[in-house]
Amino acid sequence: MAYVTVKGGEQAIDNAHAWLAEERRGDRTVQELTLAQIEQQLGRSVDRAMGEGSLYDRELAALAVKQAQGDLIEAAFLLRAYRTTLPRFAHSLPIETATMQIRRRISAVFKDLPGGQVLGPTYDYTHRLLDFDMAHSDARTSDEAVSTMPRVPDILGHEGLIEPDGNGEAEPGDLTRQPLSFPATRDVRLQALARGDEGFLLALGYSTQRGYGGTHPFAGEIRMGEVAVEIEPPELGFAIDIGDITVTECQMVNQFKGSKTTPPQFTRGYGLVFGFCERKAMAMALVDRAMRAEELGEEVTAPAQNVEFVLYHSDNIEATGFVEHLKLPHYVDFQSELQNVRRLQREVALTAERAEAVCGQDTPPPLAGGSWGQGAVPPSSPLPPTSSREGRGRFSP
Amino acid sequence: MKGYNFAYLDEQTKRMIRRALLKAVAIPGHQVPFGSREMPLPYGWGTGGIQVTASVLGAGDVLKVIDQGADDTTNAVSIRRFFARTAGVHTTTRTADATVIQTRHRIPEQTLRDDQIIVYQVPQPEPLYRLESSRIETRRMHALADYGLMHVKLYEDIARFGQISISYDYPVMVNRRHLMSPSPIPAFDNPKLHRMPTLQLFGAGREKRIYAIPPWTEVRSLDFDDHPFRPIRAPHPCGLCGATDSYLDEVVIDDRGGRLFVCSDTDHCAERRAAGHVGTEGLKEAAE
Repeated sequence: MAYVTVKGGEQAIDNAHAWLAEERRGDRTVQELTLAQIEQQLGRSVDRAMGEGSLYDRELAALAVKQAQGDLIEAAFLLRAYRTTLPRFAHSLPIETATMQIRRRISAVFKDLPGGQVLGPTYDYTHRLLDFDMAHSDARTSDEAVSTMPRVPDILGHEGLIEPDGNGEAEPGDLTRQPLSFPATRDVRLQALARGDEGFLLALGYSTQRGYGGTHPFAGEIRMGEVAVEIEPPELGFAIDIGDITVTECQMVNQFKGSKTTPPQFTRGYGLVFGFCERKAMAMALVDRAMRAEELGEEVTAPAQNVEFVLYHSDNIEATGFVEHLKLPHYVDFQSELQNVRRLQREVALTAERAEAVCGQDTPPPLAGGSWGQGAVPPSSPLPPTSSREGRGRFSP
Repeated sequence: MKGYNFAYLDEQTKRMIRRALLKAVAIPGHQVPFGSREMPLPYGWGTGGIQVTASVLGAGDVLKVIDQGADDTTNAVSIRRFFARTAGVHTTTRTADATVIQTRHRIPEQTLRDDQIIVYQVPQPEPLYRLESSRIETRRMHALADYGLMHVKLYEDIARFGQISISYDYPVMVNRRHLMSPSPIPAFDNPKLHRMPTLQLFGAGREKRIYAIPPWTEVRSLDFDDHPFRPIRAPHPCGLCGATDSYLDEVVIDDRGGRLFVCSDTDHCAERRAAGHVGTEGLKEAAE
């Protein structure tokens, strides 16, 4: 068979894209999805794409979900790539979650509390039985908004039972403008987690519950609803409301044994994400607290406590890029590796041949009045130093 | 329910679980691995307890489900409904009327009887996991009854705080042989485990372990001679029924530090009130 040089990449790409478009559309006898349908009926997908895409725009997120055929990491990627082109007009003021228009608000630490427990639109107590009537079902419930509700850590704070929250005076860092550097401050860590992959944070948060960096967490409060975003243009000198966003906030209350300078008290783990993404907000709060191990004088042994490990691997756009880049051409490197392996194999074979030739003769017994002399020490130890065996059970990436 | 077996699980699965239960009863406090199934409720919601309950439940049983001591907490309601729907058994909130009680985080205040079964939902069956995260290692430690690590942890607590600082999921020694997690019940409830006339079954669905305490078994909370075990309870009477010997929930009533303490065991509290006991809150209401 004759050798055919692989060329014609351009044509191949065009063909692939056309095929993709056709696949995306699917069977043309089936009605095409509209953005409104996705936004309204696949709301959790839209929320996740907005959170990990770091851009709050339900319509664009719906478009991204449609364009990505429901692949949510791809959708987040599309949003990130769009977000990066947008000019930045202003920083918002910190959102005030105490005045959230509540759709859901639960606390696992108090049976009842001011404002009450509001289950809201949750799957928590559904039985996971496929509902075959769903195709025709149009049932809908809604919980209406409630006024200001105190946050659980604030309630504990009155008694000094929980550490005070840091003040929000300093301008927060921004990973999308400044690259990650260490030590990473908590604002930057929280930003990375908020943009991080739900699955990754879920697994890390879970690992802390199974003994890999435990934090003794209680879900102090989880709330979801609409909050106003305000900016304060310098030329105005007062804040103006630029719109509402839906967010999910989780405040984990964690045990802390205290230290020489601090009495025993509860500590905080914080999670905040766009939309209704409770799973991620909770995982984020667990990982946030786990990453504070060093600050709180706890031993750093587990993956979730290793700030560098978590922050460098939480971004699924980075991760998917680098994992999937392996399918790009690597001919040149592979060629050099091929040559290398061949050379090494040749050398191994040669060494084996030589050894066989030597073994053919009698081997002198070691240390028995041989060439080293009585009681002499061999010039070099046959074993490498054992330092690599240290640190059993320690985590080192 | 149409399309599903009595109590959701198929009979082969129930038989497998009952075998694990028998083994667990034979070796009190020992964690028996079992083929935990995917359940229609999420892991962490009580899938282990639900599987155990489903396996021991008969058509004539009367089921009570509590969470945090209360019958009306969302998860308890959900699980009770699940069995009412899939098994059609009678359910009750009265502790005395139940033949099977599934619980999360509490033991009822009322003394249980030998014709009842209590099923605990267990999130983490391994009592040593905070000290040794590898389950291969902890299994070996259980086999050798090598529990020094836990005693050292308790000793360190005393050295640092002057007392043992575990307030829930307080480790117990069962039948003088196996260290066991009593599930995250408050340490207040630990003494009830000891020589209970009732069969106590523990199910951990996600971790795929079952363990048990047969009736009248010795269950000791770990401690030292000079630092005996001390259960913790809020130093208040119940605001509704005035009980001074029950475990209390703390209810936040305003954001200015107002608190109300009430029995966590709602059935216990309701029965006491029905019998004429009144707490400070009830007296206030009567005065108004």
